[in-house]
Amino acid sequence: MDLFGIPAPLLFGQVLLGLINGAFYALLSLGLAVIFGMLNVINFTHGAQFMMGAFVAWMLLEWLGIGYWGALLLAPLIVGATGIIMERLMIARLYKLDHLYGLLLTFGLGLIIEGLFRNEFGSSGLPYRIPVELQGAWDLDFMFMPVYRGWVVLVAFVMCLATWLVIEKTKIGSYLRAATENPALVQAFGINVPRMMTLTYGAGVALAAFAGVLAAPIYSVNPQMGSNLIIIVFAVVVIGGMGSILGSVLTGFGLGIIEGLTKVFYPEASSTVIFVVMALVLLARPAALLGRS
Amino acid sequence: MIDISNSGRRNFLSATGAMALGAATPMTGARAQAAQTIRIGVLTDMSGPFRDISGPTSVVATRTALQDFGNRGFNVEVLVADHQNRPDVGVSLVRQWIDRDGVDVIVDVPSSGVALAVNNVVRERNKVYLNSTAATVELTGGQCSPNTIHWTYDTWMLARSTGAALVRAGGQSWYFITADYAFGHSLEGQTMDFVRSAGGRVVGSVRHPFPGTTDYSSFLLQAQASRAQVVAVANAGVDAINVIKQAGEFGLMRRGQRVAGLLVFANDVNSMGLQVAGGSVLTETFYWDLNDRTRALSQRVVANGSPGGNRPSMGHAGCYSATTHYLKTVADMGVVAAKADGAATIARMKAMPTDDDAFGAGTIRADGRKLHPAYLFQVKTPAESRGAWDFYTLLQTTPAEEAFRPMAAGNCALVRS
Repeated sequence: MDLFGIPAPLLFGQVLLGLINGAFYALLSLGLAVIFGMLNVINFTHGAQFMMGAFVAWMLLEWLGIGYWGALLLAPLIVGATGIIMERLMIARLYKLDHLYGLLLTFGLGLIIEGLFRNEFGSSGLPYRIPVELQGAWDLDFMFMPVYRGWVVLVAFVMCLATWLVIEKTKIGSYLRAATENPALVQAFGINVPRMMTLTYGAGVALAAFAGVLAAPIYSVNPQMGSNLIIIVFAVVVIGGMGSILGSVLTGFGLGIIEGLTKVFYPEASSTVIFVVMALVLLARPAALLGRS
Repeated sequence: MIDISNSGRRNFLSATGAMALGAATPMTGARAQAAQTIRIGVLTDMSGPFRDISGPTSVVATRTALQDFGNRGFNVEVLVADHQNRPDVGVSLVRQWIDRDGVDVIVDVPSSGVALAVNNVVRERNKVYLNSTAATVELTGGQCSPNTIHWTYDTWMLARSTGAALVRAGGQSWYFITADYAFGHSLEGQTMDFVRSAGGRVVGSVRHPFPGTTDYSSFLLQAQASRAQVVAVANAGVDAINVIKQAGEFGLMRRGQRVAGLLVFANDVNSMGLQVAGGSVLTETFYWDLNDRTRALSQRVVANGSPGGNRPSMGHAGCYSATTHYLKTVADMGVVAAKADGAATIARMKAMPTDDDAFGAGTIRADGRKLHPAYLFQVKTPAESRGAWDFYTLLQTTPAEEAFRPMAAGNCALVRS
């Protein structure tokens, strides 16, 4: 059976792969959306923090013998802690200023972090193996599906859902949303708003690091792995509506699929198609898909 | 120690390169000293995807060559700059080096786009250009120059060694995953020619955007669906690492397809790990564990401070070998004459046979092609490897005279009759 001149099994496979890549986009844009939504900071360090997650996983394994499962828990905590320090020392000073200042600061920090890692570890990357439990593959009829990729989709989906629930359905989440609207008033109710901001930034960074650990076994663990993804992820956040969590998650998965299909029909354009979609969405709906106008 | 100041952007100075080689030379003032000083500019990628296959280890390898030239009556200084893989940056650095800093010879220069741009500047200024790490065969073809020697490898050599060998080993049908830019296209095209002329078939190809592609699973799925016996990877550096890593994940090798990286260096294998790369085949002109001389050279490069214990691969070995032969030539013809005329120096280099620890005995052809054997290696599996950097089993050696494109086929103006 052929669809649009492509054998149907191949097409199903591509949609599935698109979904897997979409999972990474969703997970990364989730952290960005949380940070922007709550702190009004466009966190350009996100790519570097994603990369740090992967590197910390590698360091835990090589230096301390802590494997993948430990890293999945520890790396986000460690990188999240560095995020908290960064927020306290630098980013917190910029909340009252224009977005541009935060963007420039985080962009610069991202470059510095990437440079430091490159200086220490070189550019071609380090090996990191898929954990034994997740090795192997399922032989679906239409494709060969690595178990690990299935795991990534599952975890990303659960993580996205959990974050959305925390922010939309819990008390802490309601404090956060209130603090974004009117920090002075929330502070007057006796809630420590600066600390909440710090922890939110830490959590957003931890999400990036978590995605980094997930990525370590399938992509090369190298200093520029984040900068390759970050631009796409920004497009995802913009299309989904800046700060909208549900918007970023849905857009992440959706764009993954569109990109996957482009790789079959017109592979040369696969890195540009996301930006074409972004331009079209912004033309039609300046507030983007689920954005607050 | 000679101090040089150099204020160029991202232009690092390496005063240690100025080893006191001419300690025995009587110094009669700064002017005399400048006239007796050879300046080598290592133009390389210090911060991008080719850092490990060139970069700091190329600098160390170049300096290692200086150690063999104590007391020859001249000083040698090494300058280093990062071209960021951008032709405009590379060209302006080289202009500045030649016009302001008195650099006599440019070494290394990975990334074909930058390599070709620099080729023109060096020719215009009549200096010496010893390219080690760029792949483009144009340097000894349409854009060959009397001031240039292309030292280590090129796309034609890789295509011939890996392509023809795999067809002979039973790889009849081929699928290409190719980086969508000049280097990828030419590597793909030349390999296809060899595959077809050896009796193989090309069943398909896909071109991925460059740079910025990190996930290759879609392309690998297409390669898998093609049922080709060989999946050829026509890209380099981190891209090749990601393709091969993900090919393992999607079970291409387990289902009997052979994955061949057309340009993979030992440093890339180190990054992938043998678990991933084991069993694949590749071509290099140098491997640290090939013989006593290569082992000795590699030990020296690591001892001289190659970062992270990065062992030299062919690009680094080429920097050592080219610098060694250049300095021999300078010693032979005299510093003043060598500094005055780059083309004359290159002509002299071509006239002298080469011999060094990296490639053994060799020659340089009139079109600027350095000739030495090419080696087809199979990457060891983790079970076969005896330790760190024990990577390759030698499958086949292509002799120097057959390894590179015949001069007549290159259409180089220097040798056209």
